[in-house]
Amino acid sequence: MTEVTLSNVIKRYGEHQAVHGIDLEIRDGEFVVLVGPSGCGKSTTLRMIAGLEDISGGEVSIGGRVVNDLPPRERNISMVFQNYALYPHMCVRENLGFSLHIAKRPESEITSAVNEAAAILGLEELMDRKPAALSGGQRQRVAMGRAIVRHPDVFLFDEPLSNLDAKLRTQMRVEIKKLHQKVGNTIIYVTHDQVEAMTLADRIVLMRDGHIVQVGTPLELFNAPVNTFVATFIGSPPMNLLDGVVTENRTVRLIDGQELPIPSSPRESVQPGQKVKYGFRADNLSPVGHGVSDEGETADIALRIDLSEPLGTETLLFATLASTEIQCKMLNPRPVTSGETMTCRLALEKAHIFDAQTTQVIRSN
Amino acid sequence: MRRRIPEWFVLLMPAFIVIAAVVLIPLIFSLYSSFTPYKLTRPSTLWTWIGERNYERILTDWKFWAAFGRTILFLTIALNLELIFGLGIALMVNKVTWGQRTLRTVLMFPMMFSPILVGFQFKFIFNDNVGLVNNVLQSLGSDAALPWLVDGKLAMFSILFAEIWMSTSVFAILILAGLFAMPRDPLEAAKVDGCTPWQSFRHITLPFLMPFIYIAMTIRSLDVARAYDIVQIMTGGGPARRTELLWTLMSRTGYVDAKMGLANAMGYVSILLSIAFTIYFFRKLSAARAELGMGA
Ligand SMILES: Nc1ncnc2c1ncn2[C@@H]1O[C@H](COP(=O)(O)OP(=O)(O)O)[C@@H](O)[C@H]1O
Ligand SMILES: [Mg+2]
Repeated sequence: MTEVTLSNVIKRYGEHQAVHGIDLEIRDGEFVVLVGPSGCGKSTTLRMIAGLEDISGGEVSIGGRVVNDLPPRERNISMVFQNYALYPHMCVRENLGFSLHIAKRPESEITSAVNEAAAILGLEELMDRKPAALSGGQRQRVAMGRAIVRHPDVFLFDEPLSNLDAKLRTQMRVEIKKLHQKVGNTIIYVTHDQVEAMTLADRIVLMRDGHIVQVGTPLELFNAPVNTFVATFIGSPPMNLLDGVVTENRTVRLIDGQELPIPSSPRESVQPGQKVKYGFRADNLSPVGHGVSDEGETADIALRIDLSEPLGTETLLFATLASTEIQCKMLNPRPVTSGETMTCRLALEKAHIFDAQTTQVIRSN
Repeated sequence: MRRRIPEWFVLLMPAFIVIAAVVLIPLIFSLYSSFTPYKLTRPSTLWTWIGERNYERILTDWKFWAAFGRTILFLTIALNLELIFGLGIALMVNKVTWGQRTLRTVLMFPMMFSPILVGFQFKFIFNDNVGLVNNVLQSLGSDAALPWLVDGKLAMFSILFAEIWMSTSVFAILILAGLFAMPRDPLEAAKVDGCTPWQSFRHITLPFLMPFIYIAMTIRSLDVARAYDIVQIMTGGGPARRTELLWTLMSRTGYVDAKMGLANAMGYVSILLSIAFTIYFFRKLSAARAELGMGA
């Protein structure tokens, strides 16, 4: 069983603190994605788990064993780096088998492990090439192959796809997911790309400025963000956020005077006069008859469409509401002309109210 | 109509003239004189053609072959020790985080001295009467005054010591440049793949440094194959030719015995040595670069 547990893990670079006391429990076989904007401490956290970075405080344990003072080679992990980090002077076969050679495994075992990994990743044709003679996608495959031949307890990935073009990235994403289903190991995966996080993760750990902001399944983060940062970071397009003030009759008055009803869940938890942000996703606001159903609480808003982006099965509409640019989605689209005014329906139970001061979500309690 | 000289030719003329004056003419002259019994004291001998007789004499002369062999031995020992020391120094400097710039500059000091002065310096240090080394040995209780520059083996050692002291930094600096250029990722991958620090060095760092090492080897092999100044100052190739290297032999033949034709012939034979080493190390360099996928 290889759980990975971080308790109050801290990283300091001199005066600068990069990671501020992270607590995290990763279950055996779980695929966890650390995601967050660039510089938030994801790589540092991962590298502390790998043993490539000293731990300034707290405890990291892998499979119940505290590994703070163990060098990487004694942690039984393998890592895939952003820049592949292949050994330039070794051919693909040697790259794949290197760790087993170092571990002094018998030659026959090395050969079969290398061939097995090559088969899983489709590298058979490339075995005698040097990394310099491989494309980016092929190098990435070799890097992954090198990680799997050792049958480690935990896989660590640090932005493995960020150097690939968009098409290859989608393809490799699927392969990584398949790989996880095949080998079933614990995976900790770092990325700044929320799409990768959403598609790959069993659980997402969203970080900012060296802190964990929210941990949960992709849908939990998508449907129940704890603050405006999560709401705008997860999901594409980002959640629409409108500034407003809570009124006496439990609505939010936007800055242009228009009032929107407060959804039932936070309705009793807000104070009249409280400054809030009113949030909803593009999917939950659409022209009447083009997406949002009439069931449940709804509110209608008249919108003047600035711009439309037809995507085939749906059209993304850009409009301005209370001086804020917002986006909404139209299913079963019909042609829309810019400047057209449309009545749009908002699914209230999918809307969120955030405190403007603390940016935290307000829910019934 | 007059044919106009093409412009590119006119523009290249100065370069041609300079190269002819400083390289081509001396080269042709020395090659020619190696086929004559040219003696500096009797200029007219320059016009006597004796064919390859000088070369025959050299190739059958045990003194020449002794100097030739000693030069190769000297070169082999010097290069290997400089490589080991240079590698060690570079690895240590690379680890230092504080004051590294200063250390790098200090490292270059020996290279900044004139070899002649280095020769004088070590001649004094190894002097059997007033030298520092013997002084230290004596104050440590040894009563023998070692003949550092007189005994054949000790003299070779002393000269090697001076040569290595002066030039190890060539290796150190070039290898340090290699270490700076080295990508960090493969080393980290090796750590994760289970390597001990020694294994990382052996399997990852060293292959990466090989091209840098071969460049240093090439430079230094050319340097050492024409070693002259330090030897001339410290022992003059003596005593009794026990430290004679190719170039001290040549200068003795040419300027002391005034047999310039013969000395030039020796020069041409010994150049073959340098060419052989250069080709050898360049081959190794290309192979090491190809190994790293850097192209030939
Ligand atoms: N070796 C280092 N020395 C000093 N600061 C560092 C070092 N490595 C990273 N940092 C800082 O730590 C913070 C987190 O970095 P990192 O974990 O690489 O972020 P990311 O989430 O983009 O992977 C950044 O502010 C970065 O500047
Ligand atoms: Mg990073």
